[in-house]
Formats: sequence, C-alpha cells, structure tokens
Amino acid sequence: MKKLFALMLALVMLASLVACGATEGETSDVESDTVNEEVVSDTVADEADEVKVMTYAEYEAAEIDSPVVVETYVQAKQSWWEDKATIYTQSEDGAYFIYEMPCSKEEYDALVPGTKIRVNGYKAEWAGEVEIVDATYEVLEGSFIPEAKDVTALLASDELIKSQNQLVAFKGMTVEASKDADGNDVAFLYKWDGSGQDGDDLYFNVSVDGNTYTFTVESYLCDNTTDVYAAVKALNIGDKIDMEGFLYWYEGVNPHITAVSAAE
Amino acid sequence: MKKLRVLSLLLALLTITPILSGCHGARKTSAFVIPEVFDYETPVEISFWAKNDTNINQTRIYEKAIEDFCALYPNIKVNLKLYTDYTRIYNDVITNIPTETTPNVCITYPDHIATYITGDNTVVALDTLFSDEKYGLGGSELKFDGVQKDEIIPKFLGECKIGTTHYALPYMRSTEACYVNKTYVEKLGYTLPETLTWDFIFKVAEAATEKDENGNFKVNGQKVMIPIIYKSTDNMMIQMLKQKNAGYSDARGNILLFNELTRDILKTVAIHAKTGAFSTFKISSYPANFLNAGQCIFAIDSTAGATWMGTNAPLSDISEDKLADFETEVMSIPQYDPENPVMISQGPSVCIFNKRDPQQVLASWLFAQYLLTNDVQVSYSSTEGYIPVTSKAQESDEYKDYLSREGEDNNHYYSIKLKAAKLLIENTDNTFVTPVFNGSAALRNAAGQLVESVTKSVRRKENVDEEYLDKLFADTISLYRLDSLSRNSNEKLEFGKLPAGAKVLIGALLLAWAGILAYLLAEKVRKKKK
Repeated sequence: MKKLFALMLALVMLASLVACGATEGETSDVESDTVNEEVVSDTVADEADEVKVMTYAEYEAAEIDSPVVVETYVQAKQSWWEDKATIYTQSEDGAYFIYEMPCSKEEYDALVPGTKIRVNGYKAEWAGEVEIVDATYEVLEGSFIPEAKDVTALLASDELIKSQNQLVAFKGMTVEASKDADGNDVAFLYKWDGSGQDGDDLYFNVSVDGNTYTFTVESYLCDNTTDVYAAVKALNIGDKIDMEGFLYWYEGVNPHITAVSAAE
Repeated sequence: MKKLRVLSLLLALLTITPILSGCHGARKTSAFVIPEVFDYETPVEISFWAKNDTNINQTRIYEKAIEDFCALYPNIKVNLKLYTDYTRIYNDVITNIPTETTPNVCITYPDHIATYITGDNTVVALDTLFSDEKYGLGGSELKFDGVQKDEIIPKFLGECKIGTTHYALPYMRSTEACYVNKTYVEKLGYTLPETLTWDFIFKVAEAATEKDENGNFKVNGQKVMIPIIYKSTDNMMIQMLKQKNAGYSDARGNILLFNELTRDILKTVAIHAKTGAFSTFKISSYPANFLNAGQCIFAIDSTAGATWMGTNAPLSDISEDKLADFETEVMSIPQYDPENPVMISQGPSVCIFNKRDPQQVLASWLFAQYLLTNDVQVSYSSTEGYIPVTSKAQESDEYKDYLSREGEDNNHYYSIKLKAAKLLIENTDNTFVTPVFNGSAALRNAAGQLVESVTKSVRRKENVDEEYLDKLFADTISLYRLDSLSRNSNEKLEFGKLPAGAKVLIGALLLAWAGILAYLLAEKVRKKKK
C-alpha cells in the first residue's frame, strides 16, 4: 500500500513539474499590442487588376489618391517597421518612393538593390513628397541600378521636382554653417534643431550658386555605423564636397544623402 | 511508526506544494522591496528613456535635470536616450522586456504600461514607495525639495492608476486645442463662437472649399486649402464619442467602440472628406504647416504643439516665403454640447522598471521623483503648451510670472503657447482619459484607423455606406485583435476544452487525494481493530 502511494505521489510530482515547464514558456513573453497596421478596407488588388502598368509619365500625370501600378527596381531600403517596408525604387524612366508597404522581415531582406518589383498601390502626397502607399508587390525577373544623375544645376529650378526620388548627385557644393542651440556655427546638427543625439538624423547646409539648401542623412536609411554618417560628422564649414543620395521632398527639396566625398 | 507518519506527511506536503504553487512561479522576478537605506557610495547607473517634441529646449531641460540630480547623488549616473515618438518607446520597451534590458526610468502612457505589466513584476508598483517615510513622496531622506503626494494634481495622479495600483507618476499634461485662422473665418463671413462646435467648423470648412474660375480657393487665393486637419484621429474619435456619451470601452476591458454613434461620426467624416473640407495628419502632413501657410483654417493638434502654430511661431518647418499673415485663435476642440465641454487629458507619465538590484530601483525612483520638482516642472512645461502636474509648481511664483507675461516675445512667452497652457488649466476639470487595460493601446489605434480608413476611401472615390462600415468594423476588429479582448461582461466566459496535459494533471491530483484518504481510512480501521 505504501509503495503504491509513494508511486502515485511521484507521478503527481512529475506531472506538476511538466506543467510548470510548459508554463514557463508560455508566460515568458509579454503580449504585444503591436499589429500589422495594413490599411483596412482597401481594395487595392481588385482595382489594380483593372489598371495597366504605368510609365513614369503616366504615373506623374495620375491624380493623387488614384490607384497606380508600376514596375520598378529597389534601390535602397529605409526601414522595416511593424511588418511594413519603406523603400526607394527607380526604373529607367523615373523613381518611386514606396511608403510602408506590408511585407515580412524575410521578404524585406530579399528586396536587395536592383530587385525588380511590380507595385500596386495608391498615389499619395505627404508634405510635398509624392509616394505610393497602401501598396502590394510582387517580385519580377530583372535587375537595374541607375547611375546617379547630376542635378546640381537644377537645384534652384522648378525642373528639379521632375527628378523626385531619383538617385542623384550634387557636385562641388560648399558646407555652410548651421546654428546650434547655443547660436554657434557648426557644420551639422543632430535633428533639424540640434535637439538630437548621435544616431539621430543629421542635418547640414550646403550651397551652390549663392543658394543654400538643407540636406539630411536619414538615420533609418544610413545609421551611425555608415560611412556617410561618419563623413558628415567629420565635415567642416567651408569644405567643398560631392554627394549622392535620393531626391526626397519635405516642404521643399530635402535630399537623403547616402555618400559624401571631397569635391573632385 | 510515528516518525514514519510524520515523514509521510512531510513527503506529501513537499509533493503537493509545487503542484499548488507551480504554475505561478515560473520565471517570476521578485517584486521590488524598498531597501532599508539608500547606498550613497556604490556607483549605480540608470537609463532614462524620454520623449521630446523635437525641441532643443526640452533636451536641455532633461540634461540639466540629470546634471542637477547627479550633483545631489554623485554615485548615480543617468544615461539619457531620446525619442520623438511614444510608439517607438513602447515598441523598444516591449522588445527589451524578455531580455530584461528595459530602461530604468521611462516616459510612457498608462495604456502602454497596461501591456508592460502583463510580465511578472516588470513595472514597479509605486504605492508603497509613495508612502515610504524616508524615500517616498516628500520623504525625510530626500536630498531635494520633493513633492508631497497631495501636491500632485489628483486627477493627473489618478490617470496613472491601473486597477487599484499606481504604476506611474504624471510628468506633464496637455490636451488638444483647435488653432484657428480667425482672419479667414471672418473673411468667410462667420464669427467665432465662445466655444467651437462641430457644426460650426464643418459649416465654415465647407464654405472655404469654394474655388474661383482659375481653380484657386477663394478664401486664400491658393491651389491648396484643407480647412480642417486633425493630427491625432484616435483622439478625434475618442473625444467625439465621449461628447456624445457613446460607448468606447469600459474599465473591465469591454470594447464598445463599434456602435451606431461611431457609424454616424464616420458618415460625417466621409461627407467632409469627400468635399476636401477635412483631412488628417497621416494623409496630408502636419496641421501646423498648412495653418501657417494659410492653407488650413482649423488645425487640431496637441497643446504641446503650440510653438509650431501661427504666423509668428518660434518653430516652423516651412520656409519664410510660404508663411501667411493671419490672426490665430486658440480654442478648445469642437464640441457637440458647448455647455458641457469635454476634452482628452494626455501627456507623458513616468514609470520605473523593476531590476534585480533594489538599489538601482531606488535610484530610479529618486530620479523619477526629481522630475516632479518645481525646477523641472516649470521649465519643461514652458517649452510647449504643457502644464505642470503639481499644484506646488502651478502655484509657484515663477510659474505665475511666466503665465502673466503672455505675448511678451515670440519665443519663451509666445502668446499661442501660453494660451494653450491656460486653456488646459481652465479646463482641467473637463478633461478625461479612457480606461486602461491590456489591449487599450490597440483599441486606441483602431479608433484612429476608422477615421483614417474612411477618409482615404472617400478620397479614392469609394462609397462609404452601411455595407462598407460593416466590413470596416469587421476588418478593424480582426486587424487589432479586438475580438480576443472584447467580451460582454454579461456573457458567461467560454474557455473551451481542457488540454490533455491539464486533464492528466487533474486526474493525477484526484488520484493522489483519493490515495491519501484511502490510506488514512485504512489506518483508522486498522487502529480500531487493534
């Protein structure tokens, strides 16, 4: 009787330990409310079926909020956040900024520069930046990496916006002073007003032909481990530099710079 | 024999104890216990994750607060990490909980804390700390002029309570305001009422959409005019529902958002989005940029965004040549019942994460308290249209002087900023917060998404009718997993079938108890026979 009782107790103990083991795994993670905020109630796919693949000219002519379909090539990736990717893309005839396109991390990793994709979405404009939102995509065969287009001479021109989102180059520009929070002249700022820290966006002023522009190293695109981030931090007022980047817009031209070198 | 019985009993107890306690002990971090004394010698390092509104003055105040605090407690080092977005803080905290790499002190919202505390003792419950004689609020051992509990505005302190426990201290408070281009309102032939109503702003907004023969808007002569732009559409929906006494959620975590009045609100949104009278930050950009360019009449945004609003705003994202010259009025958000205005209470709170070293937690608590001292409260609140969360700071000579100097310059005393702060001071009793529970952050996002989706759909020429709203509700519930949160309190909970492992465990337990009883019975019978 005692032996049987001891055996039963041992079995119960074993069962309790098994139960505790399972509990540990189940309770170790805090439940996250983070959800994939893909836009609900969109009928992109349905409507996009009726829209043919557009040329850049057709895309440019399309109204804001209208459905668009383009074939384009990934050039750089800005971020993957809550299962959404923000990427810079360009085809032979124009460039497209794709904002928060739902995709998994695995899919995002596969979107290497040059990858051809067909994008179905809606044309939108946010603070002057024309972009494709609420998009879906599929990967196609093909690859394309453009040469950076020199737009230095177009900076003060209304023509510049036609190159929006393209990979562009700026040659022989001069680093101008920015004012930090104490009113000192500095070559760059962390965030637009200097309120940031290392790792935040870098803002710096450059001039050509008597006009000064504010360029940005977008920290999601090029973080503080990149060459361009280090290069901008090493700038001095008066330096003559060449740059490459994507012709982004925020309340006016605001290029996202990806490379800086001494002017040739 | 007696020894054997005692041994059997002990064995039984030892065996049963883990059964009874087993499922509640796994990976549990011990609750924080206040040390007898704070160690002023051993170096301790704490991290402080804070949010600023891309405002250099706020960064400076954080830095100064840290410097001043560390001068009082030289063995404490505070590492500041700055964010400009609460959601990023929230996501980073969530990511860091499993690896026990959360910050020590963190600016946060109670909605977020409700998720954090689903972990074991992740966030420090503060009630015992509040009342600690030595290190509590106004405690005897503090090296600074700490705030007493009754000096924290009760309404704001109450907002930091989840269930019956305080998990945070309020840090700053703001509400939303409607920044009005009064010049354009009057140009359109209207006079601003004492309290804005939704009817009024929609009426003026529709009038502002009228264009001339060249396609320019008559009111501003420009190609762009979005008369109403709402920054935070989650707040918009929440406040409209509150004003209508409609359901949103309750303290038990019941989701009440998807109701008939919500449909009515969304239909109204659709009407005005269709004409171009209404848009949102997510769709169009910052309300301040449009307002300052003369391309918006009613810009609804936080009072903590006041320094960006108006022709003479000290902060601006648009170039000077785009600035329009107009008179700005700061008003409470539009109301359905102007006699009984209600508006959201928002703004950062500060919580403390639990750590293995109680001295580190105590250092965190001291720093969190330091953020409520007058120096920090008055200086930080005056960077934007925030107000201090303590009566001690609000009633201080320094703060009274600050408020009295409205409009003396366009920087520290910028009139719009001071008006925004006064708006909240005058309306503190009219503010409200939504119930906090695990999932309330998701519900808030869902409320905003309804407005965003309807606005986008209308712009894309989709038809917003009952069928559309049925689908939108269903999709939103699914997307934000609200179906798993919501339950009607009158309904009986349905847990489904027990898993096989649980059945085996219960069976074994019953068997064990049956065995014990049988053994005791057998012993009793044996004794009687003897």
